This record gives sequence, structure tokens and C-alpha cells, in this order.
Amino acid sequence: MFRYIVRRLLQMVLTFFGATFIVYALMFAVQDDPIQALVGEKPITDSQRAALTERYHLGDNFFAQYWYYIKGLLTGDFGTSMTNRKVADMLADAWPVTLRLSVMAIVIAATIAILAGVVSAIRRGSIFDNATLVVTLIVLAMPIVVIAPIAQLVFGIKLGWFPVTAGRDASLWQLLLPAAVLASLVVATELRVTRASVAENLRADYVRTARAKGLTGARVIGVHVLRNSLIPVITLIGVDLGALMSGAIVTEKVFNIPGVGFNLFRGIRTEDGPLVVGFVSVLVIVFLVVNLIVDLLYAALDPRIRYE
Amino acid sequence: MSETALLESPGKPRGLAGDAWHDLRRSKIFWLAAVLIVVILLMAAWPSLFTSADPRDCVLSRQHDGPTGGAIFGYDFQGCDVYAKTVYGARYSIIVGVFATLIAGVIGLAFGLAAGFFGGWLDAVLSRFIDVMLGIPLLLGAIVLAKRLSADPASNGVFAVTVTLGLLGWTTAARVMRSSVIAAKNQDYVAAARMLGAGNGRLLFRHILPNSLASYIVVLTILLGINIASEATLSFLGIGLKGDAISWGIAISEATGYIRVAAGPLIWPSVFLAVTVLAFIMLGDAVRDAFDPKLR
Amino acid sequence: MTDISVGLDPRAPLLHVDDLHVEFRTRDGVAKAVNGASFYLQPGETLAILGESGCGKSVTAQAVMGILDSPPGHVTGGQVLYRGVDLLKLAEKDRRQFRANRIAMIFQDALSALNPVYTVGFQLAELFRKHRGMSRSAAKLKAIELLDQVRIPAAKDRINDYPHQFSGGMRQRVMIAMALALDPEVLIADEPTTALDVTVQAQIMGLLAELQRQRNMGLLLITHDMGVVADVADRISVMYAGKIVEEAPVHDIYARPAHPYTKALLESIPRLDHKGRELNVIRGLPPSLTDIPKGCAFHPRCGYAREICRMDQEPPAYQIAAHRIARCHFIREVLGV
Ligand SMILES: Nc1ncnc2c1ncn2[C@@H]1O[C@H](COP(=O)(O)OP(=O)(O)OP(=O)(O)O)[C@@H](O)[C@H]1O
Ligand code: SF4
Ligand SMILES: [Mg+2]
Repeated sequence: MFRYIVRRLLQMVLTFFGATFIVYALMFAVQDDPIQALVGEKPITDSQRAALTERYHLGDNFFAQYWYYIKGLLTGDFGTSMTNRKVADMLADAWPVTLRLSVMAIVIAATIAILAGVVSAIRRGSIFDNATLVVTLIVLAMPIVVIAPIAQLVFGIKLGWFPVTAGRDASLWQLLLPAAVLASLVVATELRVTRASVAENLRADYVRTARAKGLTGARVIGVHVLRNSLIPVITLIGVDLGALMSGAIVTEKVFNIPGVGFNLFRGIRTEDGPLVVGFVSVLVIVFLVVNLIVDLLYAALDPRIRYE
Repeated sequence: MSETALLESPGKPRGLAGDAWHDLRRSKIFWLAAVLIVVILLMAAWPSLFTSADPRDCVLSRQHDGPTGGAIFGYDFQGCDVYAKTVYGARYSIIVGVFATLIAGVIGLAFGLAAGFFGGWLDAVLSRFIDVMLGIPLLLGAIVLAKRLSADPASNGVFAVTVTLGLLGWTTAARVMRSSVIAAKNQDYVAAARMLGAGNGRLLFRHILPNSLASYIVVLTILLGINIASEATLSFLGIGLKGDAISWGIAISEATGYIRVAAGPLIWPSVFLAVTVLAFIMLGDAVRDAFDPKLR
Repeated sequence: MTDISVGLDPRAPLLHVDDLHVEFRTRDGVAKAVNGASFYLQPGETLAILGESGCGKSVTAQAVMGILDSPPGHVTGGQVLYRGVDLLKLAEKDRRQFRANRIAMIFQDALSALNPVYTVGFQLAELFRKHRGMSRSAAKLKAIELLDQVRIPAAKDRINDYPHQFSGGMRQRVMIAMALALDPEVLIADEPTTALDVTVQAQIMGLLAELQRQRNMGLLLITHDMGVVADVADRISVMYAGKIVEEAPVHDIYARPAHPYTKALLESIPRLDHKGRELNVIRGLPPSLTDIPKGCAFHPRCGYAREICRMDQEPPAYQIAAHRIARCHFIREVLGV
């Protein structure tokens, strides 16, 4: 376990520097005029230009620039937007609602995926299984830009089942539709992995042993098969966070939720380069940290890794 | 395994590809996907086959008018023919999707082959690099890179989006290639060929690559669907296609502001986009099932 | 919990499998894995089932336990009588009471047969908790006691270890402990030593034989290993293509096999006392279970075969002596009388 954690932490450090370096390089490297790239097509005053040059240390060489940027990230200084607000402050404002939204989405997706995935795997080839297969295929093919506005149109406006938009202090009820939309982004893969994993485990020898022990079917599946099958699903939830973050940008825009994604959307639209770089960097870090946690959880669930 | 070996029907061996084609031909999903893709490709190549209207012929006075004889989907907020616009939207979706996938495919092939075939430190370095790339969620990386590449206000963004998605989307493909090369390398017949003195090049192109290709094509087909979806998303966000480019993503983005007034301009590009992505994902699924029936 | 001893007939054989048929319905056709297997087992007795790979030994055992993979596996005929009660006719709920309580099973590969994510203590204690309603702590004490009985050193400490932390031999001991936990009357051991080193094999077989004697269990030993059979079995049933083709006391079979298949099996090992040797290949391949030859299933490979063997009618079970039967038209010739 100890060796696994150390190895995983080292890997995390490497990925952290690698990923932030790439993000930074994508933005600033080999750029004729990095400042124009930051602010886009807008005209810019000399004083703004000077401030940005100093802010991003554009006078120094590239690696020094990167170093300042990393130092900022590690000390909680994520930069200042073109509207002169600190990215850190904007984040502090925005994250609670985004967190609620994404936790709801993860819970919805995992619940549906695990329940339906287990049933499909047990009744392979049944009507339920085939129906789930078709539904997952369709859901898988729905890009977020399709599903978010259409869900809003159908369930919010036409049917009126859910609130059409949600604000900053949105209740769980108001967040339910956007959360379901977000969940749809990941539920199909999670369901398919659950189904495959349960189906594979059902064939495992230890299942035969459990049945030979005279245990009930519910216990064989609920205790013996499930614990083994969920290990790959849990890792997937970490990876899926990336999809959720991307999805949140569109979803929060469509449902008017002033969270992290919404701010990022506005940053993109107003060509606020510093805001975009700051937000993206933070999201990448969150993604890495969550995946680290998921991997440690994975080790906790699978003793073969724990005692490696 | 020995259990299933007994059950295998004796007689004419058909080979993997032959078997797969045999299965594919009976797959309804495959035919559905194939028909859809042909229609979409026709639409992308010759939109005038499908509509005689000009998608750029917009008259504000027709704003949000309902369907009429020619414009079966009605008009959007600028008074453009929604049907014509939707048909013409296929072109850039396909161009961006196909070329981004080709770029990703070539990069993934190079990385996967090199890592899988040579192994050792090269594999270690390349695999770590892939880990790092996977640390950046695709769309977040794309936001930064597309913004940067499309800085030129005159461009319509097609090049920028294609390159962005190509440069960021190859990691899964590389991983799949790597593992199937490693699997192929350990097959007996490859070891035999090596003992018979086959050189690296021959080994790679005659023995390993053909066997790794099936799963690679499946991954790329699905990636094509993902790329089309990502293009639409980037265009929706305003960093994809722009200017006078016609794109489903832009159309959806514009229509979201008016959904209380008119649903058609939102629904139709959405349907076309979803069906296109679905067609490629179904194709990938069907081909994979044909090549690997035990996954079912 | 219903009382499972109701209806059991103490005078009936401990276990009597009669004309058992099992098939697997798969995409590639129907595989007839067991085609009328019959045998019986008495307390304290060891019956070995012998046969080439794929002839249906494990499937027979699984059908007796009621743990076939179903679908695709289906029992399509016959009876599994436990003290006169046909287990196949019982509802799953009642059938379950027989598993582990009355009939227990040991599998070939203990590493994959044990659940990798639970401690061996949990997997042992589970039996006492679910079948005997014991508390966790009481069940744990019982688990330690069991591990002691199968001679796992420092059982108290090892109870919290996971299967992969044990050596192969120790893992098989854990399996044995698990099978014996609820004092079953019948123990089915499906190639219990195949996955082990030769030295460990002997220890495990010794342990099994000893525990069997102590408890007067009936032991159904499925194996490839002729050496093991000669040492521990009382009787042998030879299986071919899902059918018992010869059944006899162990010494008779070694001295005078009555079925050409048995004879070929014996001839394929150079010396009878040579331990740890697996059955060598006999001329030709075992039949495809989707397409078993008509008449005597063995005829394509049999040196004694004549026209009658290829006829539709399969050879009946000829009674040779009190406990000997063989299914061959030419027993006399094979026996050399
Ligand atoms: N789960 C299953 N699905 C389909 N067919 C099966 C299954 N299990 C067993 N079979 C079929 O039943 C046949 C007999 O298998 P079984 O495991 O009983 O052989 P065995 O005599 O135990 O051989 P071995 O010595 O290799 O263990 C196999 O050849 C296979 O065709
Ligand atoms: S019946 Fe015929 S084929 Fe079958 S074992 Fe006897 S001699 Fe051989
Ligand atoms: Mg077996």
C-alpha cells in the first residue's frame, strides 16, 4: 500500500507539472504577440499591455514565465481577470453551486448506472438488457450541446415539470434537471462498464464457490460480485469528472447557473484570456487531485493492490 | 478456453476478418449506421442535392416564421431557412471530424506503435507523456488551444478546431494501439516469424499491424463521433467555427436564446448532430462486436 | 429455515446419481456435456471419477451441487438422490440448504475460487453466520478453529489475510476448511491438487483422506491423476463423453480393465506406481460434444470396434461382478476371457 501511494504521488507530481506546462505552453509558447492572444480581437491600451506583460512576466524567458505561473497556482494566486477581479475570488463565489451540481450529477449517474448495469448483466439478452443497450447508445450519442437545451425546452418549457433556470442560490430541486443533463454525459459509459464488469465477475470461479456455500442469490451478487465489479466503475468516475467539467460549461450557461462553468463560458465569450487560463488551470488541478483520491480509494477497495 | 475450443464448429476456417464481415452483414445496427453515414456524407459533399435554398439568404422579415413549402423547418431569428442551414451544416462537421480524427489517428499510431513495439524506456517515456495528456480534460485543453489557434479574426476557425481536436484527442487511440501491438507481439506466430529472421519492418507491417488494425479502426470510428460532438460544443462556446461558417453548434447556440419563441431552429440542428454522432458510434459498436463477440 | 432432514431415508444410498443429463445451449449449438451418468456413493467411501479433459466431470459435480451456469447449462434428465430425496425436484430455497450443510465442494484452483476482495476469515465466518445464525465474533472463533484443523500455522493471525497472501497449498487448505465448515456428509473434490506442486499435492491428499476418515464422509474425487486414484480411491468410475463407461473397485480396474477406454487410459501411463502423471493422450481426439458419435461414443478411437459399435444402439451397462459394470459390446474380449 505504502509503495503504491508513493508511486501514485510521484506520478501525480509528474502529471501536475506536465499538464500545467502543456496548458501554459498552449497559451503562451511560440507566440508572436502573447498579449493579443490573451485578449483576443479587442484593442488594448498601452497601460493594459504593460500590466499584462508584468503580470505574466512576459519579459522573461519561457521557463521563468512558467515558474511564476506555477508559483501562483501553488500559492492560490490564479491571476486577475480583464475585469480586474481576482480569479481566486471569482472561484470562491462560483464553486459552491457547481460542486452541488456535480455531486448531484455523479450520484444520479452512479445510481442509475450501477442499478441498471447490474440488472442488465444478470439478465443478459433480456428485453431489459437490450432496451438499456439501445438507450445507452442514444444517450452516448447526445452531445451536451444537444441534450442541455433540448432538456430545458422539453422538460422545463413545454412540459413544465422542472424550473427552466436556476440561479446562484438554486435549491436542489432547481438543480435537478441540469444535474440530470450532466449525469447523462457519463451515465452510459458507467452503465456499460458496470454491465461488462458484473458479467465478467459472474463467470468468475469465486461466484461458483459462493453458490456452493449455499448463500442466497442476493448475497452472492450483492456481497461477492458487487464489490469486485465496482472497482473498475469507481476508477471511471474519476475519469468522468473531466467530461462533467466540460459539460458544466454548457449546462451552466444554458440553465443560467452562475457557477464555475458559467464564468468560464463568459470568459471565453468576452475573450478574457487571463480568466480562461486561471479557471482552466484550477480545473485541471481539481481533476488531477480527484483522480488521485479515486486511485487511493481503488487501492482501498482492492486488497491485491493494497498489499502489493 | 479449452471448453469453448471444443464447441467451435469444425470445417472451413474463415479467418478473423471474414468472420467479422459475416457477423457484420447480419447486424441491423451496422446497416442502419452505414445508411445514415452515406446520407450524411452525401449531404456534406453535395448539399444542393438536398435543398435548393441558399442558407445565407436570410431576410429579417421572415424571423421565426413557421414552416413553408420550401423551408420545411421554418426560419430562424435572422430569417434564414433552418432546413437549408441544417443541411449545409453537415459539411464542416464532417470535415472537422474526419481531419481531426486523421490527425489523431496518425499521432496515436506513431505513439502506440513505438511504445508497444520497442517497449523499454521509450515505452515508459511515451506512456508517461500520455498520462500527462490524459490529465487535461479534452474540452479544457481545447478551449485554450482553439482560442490560441484562432486568434486571427479573419479565419473561420475550421483549421484551428481541426488541429486542436487532432492534437488533443489521440491518447485513447495510442493506448489501444500500444496494447494491441503488445498483445500481437506475444502471439506465437509473431515469435515464429521473428525466429525465422523477419526484420523489424516486416514484423511490424506484415504481422503486427494487420492484427492490431481492427481495434484501432473501431476506436477511430468512435473518436470521429466524439470529434463531431466536440466541434459543435466548441462552436457553441464561441471558440470553434465562427464568421460565416455554418455549423450545427453555432446554430444551436444562437437558437438557445429564442427557445420560448421558436423551437425549430434549436431542434433540427440538434437532431442532425445527434444522429450523425450516433451513426458513427453505432458503426464503431457494430464493428467491435463483430470482431470481438465475447464482449457481448 | 425448513428442516432439511425431513424426508431423508437413512437406508437409501448417501448419494445416488441416476441417468443424469446436462446440456449447454450456446450460440454454436447444444453441447451435451453429461449423457446419462450414473453412480452412487456411501459414507466413508471414496469414489474417483476419471476421464479425459472435457468429458463432463466438473459439469457432473456442478449439477450435483446445483451450481451449473444456467443459462447456458441445463439439467435435462435424471435424478440426484441424496438419501433418497431427489435434489433436482427441490425448490431452490430448499436445495440451498443442502449445499455446504450436506454436500460441499472443493475446487481446482483455490486462488480463483476464493473471493479476492474479502479476507479468508470473512469467507469462512460467512458460512456460520448465514447457515447457523452465529454472531460475527462467534463465527470468527469457529473460523480460527477450522483453520487450525486444516493445519494452517498461526491461524489466529492469518484469519485477516486475503487469499492472495497465502501460498498455493495453504489456499487449498483454506478451501478445504471452508468445505468442511458445516460438517457435510458428502465432499466433492474437483481436481483438488492439480494446481499444486507434487510435494504439496501429497500433503493435501493426506489431509483430505484423514479428514474423511475422521468424519466418515463420502468423498467424490474428480481427478486426472492415476497415482492419486490408486492410493485413496475405493472405487473408480471412468467417464467418457458424459457417460460412465466403466465402474469397478479400484484394484479390479487396475488388474483387469473391462472397457477398451479404461484399458487405453491405463496403457497410456508407463508404470502404475508412478505418481503425479496425468492421463496421456489416447489415439484420436475426444468427440465434439455438439456432435457425439452414434452407437458407442468411443468407436472412432477404439481398437476393438466393429460394425455393431457404430449402430444406433449404444452398448448397455453389462454387470460383470457385484460392483462392476462396463458399457462395451466386447467386454469378454477386453477382459481376455
Ligand atoms: N459454462 C459453460 N458453458 C458452455 N459449455 C460448458 C460450460 N461448462 C462446461 N461446458 C461444456 O461441458 C464440457 C465438459 O466440461 P467439464 O468442465 O465438465 O470437463 P472436465 O471433464 O471437468 O474437464 P477438465 O478435466 O478439463 O476439468 C466442456 O467441454 C464444455 O463443452
Ligand atoms: S462398444 Fe465397441 S467401440 Fe465401444 S468400447 Fe466397446 S468395442 Fe469399443
Ligand atoms: Mg474439470
